[in-house]
Amino acid sequence: MAKLKKSGQSYTFVLLLVMLAMIVVMSFVSPYFLTLENFKNVLNQSSIYLFLVVGMAYVIAAGEIDLSVGAIIGFEGMVMSNLYYAGVPAGVCLIAGIISSVFIGAFNGWLVAKFRINSFIVTLCTMTVMRGIVLLVMNSRTRYGFGPVFAFLGSGQIGIINMPILMAIIAVIIADLIMRKTRYGVYTLFMGSNEVALSRAGVNTRRHKISIFAFSGLLAGLAGIVVMGRLNSAEPLAGTGYEMDAIAAVILGGTVLEGGKGSISGPFIACIILNIIKDGLTLLGVSTHYQEIITGVIIIISVLVSGRDMRRKSEV
Amino acid sequence: MDSYVKLNHICKNFNHVKALNDASIEAFKGEVLAIVGDNGAGKSTLIKILSGVLRPDSGEIRIGEKSYSSLSVSEALNAGVSTVYQDLALANTLNVTTNIFIGQEITKHGILQKDEMDRQARKLLDDLDVDIPDTAEIAGNLSGGQRQGIAVARLVNRGGNILIFDEPTAAMGVVEASRTLKLIRSLADKGMVVIIICHNLTQVFDTADRVAVMRHGKVLVEKPASESSMHEVVALLTSADKILGDE
Repeated sequence: MAKLKKSGQSYTFVLLLVMLAMIVVMSFVSPYFLTLENFKNVLNQSSIYLFLVVGMAYVIAAGEIDLSVGAIIGFEGMVMSNLYYAGVPAGVCLIAGIISSVFIGAFNGWLVAKFRINSFIVTLCTMTVMRGIVLLVMNSRTRYGFGPVFAFLGSGQIGIINMPILMAIIAVIIADLIMRKTRYGVYTLFMGSNEVALSRAGVNTRRHKISIFAFSGLLAGLAGIVVMGRLNSAEPLAGTGYEMDAIAAVILGGTVLEGGKGSISGPFIACIILNIIKDGLTLLGVSTHYQEIITGVIIIISVLVSGRDMRRKSEV
Repeated sequence: MDSYVKLNHICKNFNHVKALNDASIEAFKGEVLAIVGDNGAGKSTLIKILSGVLRPDSGEIRIGEKSYSSLSVSEALNAGVSTVYQDLALANTLNVTTNIFIGQEITKHGILQKDEMDRQARKLLDDLDVDIPDTAEIAGNLSGGQRQGIAVARLVNRGGNILIFDEPTAAMGVVEASRTLKLIRSLADKGMVVIIICHNLTQVFDTADRVAVMRHGKVLVEKPASESSMHEVVALLTSADKILGDE
């Protein structure tokens, strides 16, 4: 077991067992759980969070945090809806939305890397500023009616596969390959473990950090497109609190909050687990407020468990 | 024999603090140069200038035939300078192979060649006689001597021929310190330029070919270890004010 503990894959395997156990438990708890329609619903719900979880996994693995991803969803909605209402073609609106999301992410990364400001502070501030701008520009009002392109990306299908899930799975696969198989992934983990050492190895850590936050912004942008397309609306407060769910999944998935250790497969399964829990509670008629309490408790327990591992190592 | 590395008349200030005041040293291939001095003497500043972490305010750096007014980290690496800092610059959450190959990964079409890196890491460690049974082991789980071994293997892998060690035996027990110094000596015997900063004068005189004594940002003396002694070094360090006069 001690040898297994070295491998993140063993923890991922445990998560997989937990997920299967959750499915079994929920199927006893509610007769509606183990239906194809409900599984599709769980996956659909998970798709938005999967984008955010992937981006957050990179950021946390690098030893940082990004609280602005939920706000980016709302901000992007504002950008795209402004352009759409001005008569700009949907495709251009989408590109503009993605560019704005990437830009915000890169801006976060630049502030963190250049001025060495704590990423918690930076992204908390940009989150707050973005929320304010969106409420101001949209006059706190939801906008509707964005045409078939958005609708397709939000809830369309290719064959039997739902479009958002397909996009999310592709994002997960690509991100996982990059993390495990490329220099970029190694440098991300190394940065979280010892950024100074990475710099001394000749790696441009400032550029790398900016790119990680830009990547997080890109994925938040993809999530934002799905959010807007699913409801065919741009809500000023869209994405509120999504960052906490993403953080919960990443930590539960085995990524250490201090950075330097993590994966994509673990957070992926953890995200599904959390959405299974939410779905099960919804089927039981449990209020969403209780769901938020449960998510918060899961984050605390995950941090305590991962922190205990770090403390044990430092005592040795 | 001409020196391979020469720092000439290096000056470096940090605001009002004169960290280096016209400091000059030279190091030769196949030799270990030990730089000794009290805290604040300028030893770390000098090697950081050679490794590109800091830029001098004035002076010259010569490596081989080339002359530089300053070096960046990547320029220093390209010139063959590799440094093992006191903290070893390891990622404690990642494995031995990753730490050895950081910045020097073997890739094919952008994909890491992990098996090849594991194989080369194993060979490097065996050649250096570093006792680490498993290259998949996490660096943070290893002893100080093993971690020092990883740091040295990284330097050798980088292909550098100018190796700098900042307090290589700090916080090590007697046995591990002895192994580490033996490893450092073997690198010099292979023809590399080896520069060490060390507070332990016994270890200095057991390992070094040349000794440079620093105080107040100046190199007071640089001479073969065989022509000096611990007594002389201590005397220089403690009565340096008389030698420098009043600055």
